[in-house]
Amino acid sequence: MADVPENQIYTLHVNAQAREVHDAWVGESLLFVLRERLGLMGSKGACEQGECGSCSVLVDGDLVCSCLVLAAGAIGQRITTIEGIAPVGAPSDVQQAFVDAGAVQCGFCTPGLIMAAHSLLEHSPSPTELEIREELSGNICRCTGYGRIIDAVQRVSVARRAAGGADR
Amino acid sequence: MSVLVPTSLDAALQALSDNPLATVLSGGTDLMVEFNGGHRRAEHLVVVNRVPELCSWHHDPSAGTLRIGGGIRYSEIERAPIADWVPALAQAARTVGSPQIRHAATIGGNVGTCSPAGDGLPVLSATDAVIELVSTAGVRRVPFGEFMLGPKRTARRPEELISAVIVPIAVGYQGYTKVGVRNAMVIAIASVALVVGHRSVAIALGSVGPTILRCPEAERLAAEHADFVERRLAAEVRDECVELVRKAARPIDDHRSTAVYRRHAVGILAGRLLRRAFPNG
Repeated sequence: MADVPENQIYTLHVNAQAREVHDAWVGESLLFVLRERLGLMGSKGACEQGECGSCSVLVDGDLVCSCLVLAAGAIGQRITTIEGIAPVGAPSDVQQAFVDAGAVQCGFCTPGLIMAAHSLLEHSPSPTELEIREELSGNICRCTGYGRIIDAVQRVSVARRAAGGADR
Repeated sequence: MSVLVPTSLDAALQALSDNPLATVLSGGTDLMVEFNGGHRRAEHLVVVNRVPELCSWHHDPSAGTLRIGGGIRYSEIERAPIADWVPALAQAARTVGSPQIRHAATIGGNVGTCSPAGDGLPVLSATDAVIELVSTAGVRRVPFGEFMLGPKRTARRPEELISAVIVPIAVGYQGYTKVGVRNAMVIAIASVALVVGHRSVAIALGSVGPTILRCPEAERLAAEHADFVERRLAAEVRDECVELVRKAARPIDDHRSTAVYRRHAVGILAGRLLRRAFPNG
């Protein structure tokens, strides 16, 4: 049993690395710890109540809002953030498709949507438009009107099928 | 503040026995919102999402029940096989928040928070589900109707954990429907679960009273007049049931809607579900 009293150092597994969290209050959300303690600024904080999806990360492979995860409760779990999706300068197919389709405008929602799109295509390689809309319904974008985001996801789906598998 | 993350049921129960004032955190989708907003503080937190005993389900065909561990998440409840056994619960699960929320939110957490707007609760009420509570002193089973005492007030004792909900398997049509401002990320303004039994109809209402409300008069009228074999219910009887449902509702005005709208909407939803349950006129 992990017992985390006030201000104790604990370790999180983020993007396949063990990261020590220092000087944290144990009630902090995973989003806060990622950004303010570990310097991973890709996950965005907006609503802090799970409505907007900007802070989406994977915990043990499941897409969740990091603002609603207690960081100290995620000890021992595999956490993947947008920084773990692809190295800087070498975008993933989903990231490239967002750029190509014009699905990035102000960019604030983009990391969360990229996480959600990767998760969706992992579970459902050939999603219908309805499926895409339902699976991305937890991510709010105030710029695009979603059309180009859906287009980007469909482009990846088509390209991956053409490549004959789920290759990135 | 301290955080305990037990990895066995015994350790979780011991932690609650040692700290009866501890707050139990399951999926976090309600509590973390309150922590983030500074609306709530906790001295001791016991995080129960890593307790394996809470994260399994068991189908008992001879008893006709499904025992769903309190740690089972809504993302699992919305899919087969659980969706085949308790379709209304799966429908309710699919309306919970967004995929992100459903990957975290658990049925035990939904029952523990016990908001009148909790999506799973009308289904647990209409199916006469039983809440299983466990502590170091043993196991206690409480029918849902006796478990929910008021808005966010339950019969759970501080040292108890919600280990499971025991839900009867569907024998006839069942459905759940709700209204809100959009399809996703919506807390119900009004919701209805309808469950058809061998010779019975159960109707439970959410978000229109301090607890989930059953509609005994409407249920009796529907059961008396329904043809359960041909799945028929005369339109006039259905309309009467809708009015009885509206009479059973006890809605209030709040930041989400008005009492007048809620009473109207809950009737529409009940009528819709009755038409689906008895589609042959």
